[in-house]
Amino acid sequence: MGFADADLAAIWLTLRLATVTTLLLLLIGTPIAWWLARTRSWLKAPLGAVVALPLVLPPTVLGFYLLVAMGPHGPVGQLTQALGLGLLPFTFWGLVVASVFYSMPFVVQPLQNAFEAIGDRPLEAAATLRASPLDTFFSVVLPLARPGFLTASILGFAHTVGEFGVVLMIGGNIPDETRVVSVQIYDHVEALEYAQAHWLSASMVLFSFLVLLALYQFNPTRPRK
Amino acid sequence: MDNPAIQARFRLAFPAFTLDVDLSLPGRGVTALFGHSGSGKTTLLRCIAGLEKVPGGFLRMGDETWQEGEAFLPTHRRPLGYVFQEASLFPHLTVKRNLEYGLKRVAASARKVSLEHAVELLGIAHLLDRLPERLSGGEKQRVAIARALAVSPRILLMDEPLAALDLARKREILPYLERLHDELDIPVLYVSHAPDEVAHLADHIVVLDQGRAVAAGPLTDILARLDLPIKLGEDTGVVLDATVAERDEHWHLTRVDFDGGHFWARDAGHAVGQRVRVRVLARDVSIALQHSFNTSILNALPATVEAIADESHPALALLRLRVGASPLVARITRRSVQALELTPGKVVFAQVKAVALVG
Repeated sequence: MGFADADLAAIWLTLRLATVTTLLLLLIGTPIAWWLARTRSWLKAPLGAVVALPLVLPPTVLGFYLLVAMGPHGPVGQLTQALGLGLLPFTFWGLVVASVFYSMPFVVQPLQNAFEAIGDRPLEAAATLRASPLDTFFSVVLPLARPGFLTASILGFAHTVGEFGVVLMIGGNIPDETRVVSVQIYDHVEALEYAQAHWLSASMVLFSFLVLLALYQFNPTRPRK
Repeated sequence: MDNPAIQARFRLAFPAFTLDVDLSLPGRGVTALFGHSGSGKTTLLRCIAGLEKVPGGFLRMGDETWQEGEAFLPTHRRPLGYVFQEASLFPHLTVKRNLEYGLKRVAASARKVSLEHAVELLGIAHLLDRLPERLSGGEKQRVAIARALAVSPRILLMDEPLAALDLARKREILPYLERLHDELDIPVLYVSHAPDEVAHLADHIVVLDQGRAVAAGPLTDILARLDLPIKLGEDTGVVLDATVAERDEHWHLTRVDFDGGHFWARDAGHAVGQRVRVRVLARDVSIALQHSFNTSILNALPATVEAIADESHPALALLRLRVGASPLVARITRRSVQALELTPGKVVFAQVKAVALVG
């Protein structure tokens, strides 16, 4: 006994979702984290709180609002319809959008911490060495924040793999489109297919352990000089 | 390109004091921005570098305006070199790539200081492949200075580059700074609170106190002033330019001639004909009315008393003397001032117990 085709499809879909979400989050989260790390604006606290909301909100709440927003009468839904993209709920890309929101804090916060730890001095030194702010970001900030990017990628990926509530709200349960591993396990249990559920669940446990192991291995909290 | 003169006008309020300066600085040599901590000297340097943006500030560097009204040239477009108090090397780059970081961002046509020259000047050729974390504090700071030089700056700004180092490391770096002074024609603004460093390196000095420039001018003139608002205590004294004239190998003494006479000093290995600076501390200068031959003191110079002022301790007074064209400052007791009937204009002998050859 092993994985059925439906299980493999769910695993593949999950990995695809997590990969796309993580890449998008690195693109979107980096400027947000940079802004949060550098700004002295009063907006820092409110925006930081908004980014952190998914940490405390029940996934169903987040899913509900996203569903409404992306639905036929929601602002996002009307926009996607106007652009000829149709409606996002119950599609793969709908899941991607939801996952980006859901996993945002897991990417932004490690990046923000890494950026803050760099401090002003390397940026000032780079400026006195003729590097423009953008040049400085790529030649100094990115290399110095590499451990932060690694942490952010791993956490963003793993957290997306572990989604359940948001997926059910936004994506439902459509094979090859929105039926990710966590939903597939739920289906197996509903159908009393415990052996199948065991295989997938044990895989998730192993996967999560390996991810965290990698995290602690690559990012040891050794004292830095 | 000729050496630019610098005009700087900044006003910036802090909780503790207000930086309020309007300076015209020479475009050559080393100018020390000297003052106690909290006097605003580092802030002034950061304003000049553009690291602090002061609304309403004005900064002209030779024929270029760096700041005026709304116009503000960002730091990375100012042709300057900056050395921070902590070396601030990029930890992810080797020494060589730290040095190249600024160099490769400067147009080839604007490069005047080669990497090899900077490396040789600071004596860091053996460190090139190391990462900064494997350097000592003194080595890091030498690399930081070379890195700033490698951008061929039109002006070098140094913010207490020795302050974070212990005495041995300071002694290690001072000779390199003296070489820069002697061999490179780059004007330097050097922030320091250490009179000793200033005596070694500076040609000009701006004395800052509570955010204001309270004195500015050639080092010799300013150090000879008795009315400086900040007290130097044991470090009170003058710095004179001199030339090595004679070496007495038997007694290990060196004779240096200055504008007004000569001093005998301990031989420090300088060659005859070499230009040196002589530092004469006020506490090492005593006064006699006649030339005394029954004394251990080698240096007795005819001098005219120019001014007398109170020293911070009530027992002491400071005298400004004129020896030929050069000033000296003597610190003696007020009792002696009265006993010897010293008044401005009186001709005396200045007995100088010790002089130090610096730089």
